[in-house]
Amino acid sequence: MNSTKITGAQAVMKSLVAEHVDTIFGYPGGAIMPIYDALYDYENSVNHILVRHEQGAIHAAQGYARTSSKTGVVFATSGPGATNLITGLADALIDSTPLVCITGQVASHLLGTDAFQETDVVGISMPITKWNCQVTKAENIPAAIAKAFYIAQSGRPGPVLIDITKDAQFGEMDFEYEKCTNIRSYYPRPKLKKSVAEEAAKLINEAKKPYLLIGQGIMLSNAEKELLEFVEKSGIPVASTLLGLGAFPNHHPQYVGYLGMHGDYAPNIKTNECDVLLAIGMRFDDRVTGDISRYAKQAKVVHVDIDASELNKIIKADVAVHADAKEALKVLTELVHKKQRTAWLQEFKDAKTTEVETLQESAKALHSEEIKMDEVIKMLSELTKGEAIVVTDVGQHQMMTARYYQYNKTKSNVTSGGLGTMGFALPAAIGAKFGAPEKPVIAIIGDGGFQMTLQELGTILQSEVAVKIIVLNNRFLGMVRQWQQMFFEKRYSFTNMVSPDFVALAKAYSIEATKVEARTDLKETLLEMLNHNGSYLLEVMVAKEENVFPMMTTGASVSEVRLK
Amino acid sequence: MKKTYTVSVFTENSIGMMNRVTIIFTRRHLNIDSITASESEVKGVFRYTIVLRTTREQVDKVIGQLEKLIDVFKAFVHEDSEVVHQEIALYKIKTASLTNGDVEKVIREHHARILTVDPLFMVIEKTGHVAETQLLFESLKPYGVLEFARSGRVAVTKPMKEFSTYLKELEESND
Ligand SMILES: Cc1ncc(C[n+]2csc(CCOP(=O)(O)OP(=O)(O)O)c2C)c(N)n1
Ligand SMILES: [Mg+2]
Repeated sequence: MNSTKITGAQAVMKSLVAEHVDTIFGYPGGAIMPIYDALYDYENSVNHILVRHEQGAIHAAQGYARTSSKTGVVFATSGPGATNLITGLADALIDSTPLVCITGQVASHLLGTDAFQETDVVGISMPITKWNCQVTKAENIPAAIAKAFYIAQSGRPGPVLIDITKDAQFGEMDFEYEKCTNIRSYYPRPKLKKSVAEEAAKLINEAKKPYLLIGQGIMLSNAEKELLEFVEKSGIPVASTLLGLGAFPNHHPQYVGYLGMHGDYAPNIKTNECDVLLAIGMRFDDRVTGDISRYAKQAKVVHVDIDASELNKIIKADVAVHADAKEALKVLTELVHKKQRTAWLQEFKDAKTTEVETLQESAKALHSEEIKMDEVIKMLSELTKGEAIVVTDVGQHQMMTARYYQYNKTKSNVTSGGLGTMGFALPAAIGAKFGAPEKPVIAIIGDGGFQMTLQELGTILQSEVAVKIIVLNNRFLGMVRQWQQMFFEKRYSFTNMVSPDFVALAKAYSIEATKVEARTDLKETLLEMLNHNGSYLLEVMVAKEENVFPMMTTGASVSEVRLK
Repeated sequence: MKKTYTVSVFTENSIGMMNRVTIIFTRRHLNIDSITASESEVKGVFRYTIVLRTTREQVDKVIGQLEKLIDVFKAFVHEDSEVVHQEIALYKIKTASLTNGDVEKVIREHHARILTVDPLFMVIEKTGHVAETQLLFESLKPYGVLEFARSGRVAVTKPMKEFSTYLKELEESND
């Protein structure tokens, strides 16, 4: 009989192919060399993107997962390669992004000896992965990878890490792959209890002012269609969390806006005026709730989540629905009465008018010749009809984009929400483009955050991926500066930013680039960027001391949103 | 209001499980008073018994986080009145002290037993609640306790539902 023995490293590749992996973001090194050697034979079927830093690899994989709905795959070597993944793991865990990260590890006989580039990555990453494990024998590789993909994708998705020792990569084994579909201690598909759904529907049907909050869970369960049907039948106004943006078309008449600290006025204040608060696939983050002791106290709360530990974690639910959003929405749509809620929707519109008028008034006070962030975003939104994939970094530009980009398409918003990781956007945009090559991908980044991961311009150069980059340059770590202005008597401690010539920098990487300073040039340069075939960097010089409003300050309640 | 709670966690016997379990407590800044682990009545399923003082609200959230761990089947929380629990304590004293007639009396009064006697030392064992094993320690102290070791709490619950029944229910709750 022919020997069918292959190495552990080859088994890694075969297992990934069995999971339909066609894109990997990674960076080689000593402990993962056998896997890279095996990868060399897959040049035609697997697209490996060589990044410039492992943090870039994992953020790219996150961007990829968020736009493609597939699991992002990362390769990194042991020691520093593995520790460079930490920020991305934490980010992916808190933002529920499915990832499988494969790290090389020193040979098993060296474990625990402080060998060269040995680090206990399994120990380090335990609290920031959904699951992780170490494999020290070649024959255990396929089962570990199968389990990893199953865990990463099922239930509430999250990042998984597999650490494979070098001897396991070299070791020989008989390859056989069986997809994992069940783990006896893990229950990712809760059955919706009919009686609970009926209780929820009863509350909704009896409500005068029901109000729906949606989160990323809608997109993670592919429930966009079911959501639309539910909303249109029940007549309920819908607001979204930061990560939920795009799950419901923002141009829809029942869409009332964006929630949270820098969210819209109406969605926040109405939380304390509704009689039934229905929350689906969101987790009541403190940036959404403000002071929880003064959050929706008047309302009956219905909370739908696939993760049981989220139910009653922050906000006590009158009806806690442990279920997948898609299934819950289907059942609820059947149970709710068809209704129009014109007067209630009008209340949101009136509050919106108050907000718009106040913000316009404040804008007049700023130097009128300076370009404001919101102008750039509004124009971009118009030019792209709210249909581009928009990737944002962290800071004022992120909040301005969330506020003023009209997200009309699902999975079009990629941002670091729960962790707020500066440096996320550039690599995430690269991954987002690989995840959705047919769509335009635009990264909107601050002058600070851009400099955290700008080495990934090299990845753009080498992989020839077409991402558009807008750097909103306010010469400040703007979000921190805003807090210093508001709460620290304008003591601008280390928030002014001196930056290099971004245009020259981009050009050094063969990326077309322009800087715009005058409002009159804005539209033209945005169009040039959008129409350019290939990557493009547009640096927009924006007002130095613009603030993001509305704002719910720390400790305030949702009713106490400040408009100025 | 803070109270003593016994948390029972049923898990797979995988490497690093103890670490995964304790991280959940560390993250919430909760101090574990005692922890024990061994195989349960179901083969291959491990039972962790963790004792801590905290509020009901905190411990309920901990249960949610524990159950979220992939290798955890189920976690339970009980108040002292809902469990039958014991600790075992071992005391090493000089064999020479036995010639002092009081030691024997102390052992008898505390319903402790002598596990082993060596020419130089002897080991006494007592099973009971912390207060009881502590009391014996105090009583032996005058004779010189060379070593004292006490286990963490082991506990079984008073409700009659068995873990295997829960296991079945869990399997069925999954689509
Ligand atoms: C890695 C990291 N370090 C620090 C912070 C804290 N932080 C939040 S926003 C911000 C300022 C961002 O400045 P910039 O990128 O220029 O964006 P702007 O707010 O000016 O739009 C900082 C420093 C963070 N979120 N992430
Ligand atoms: Mg800035």
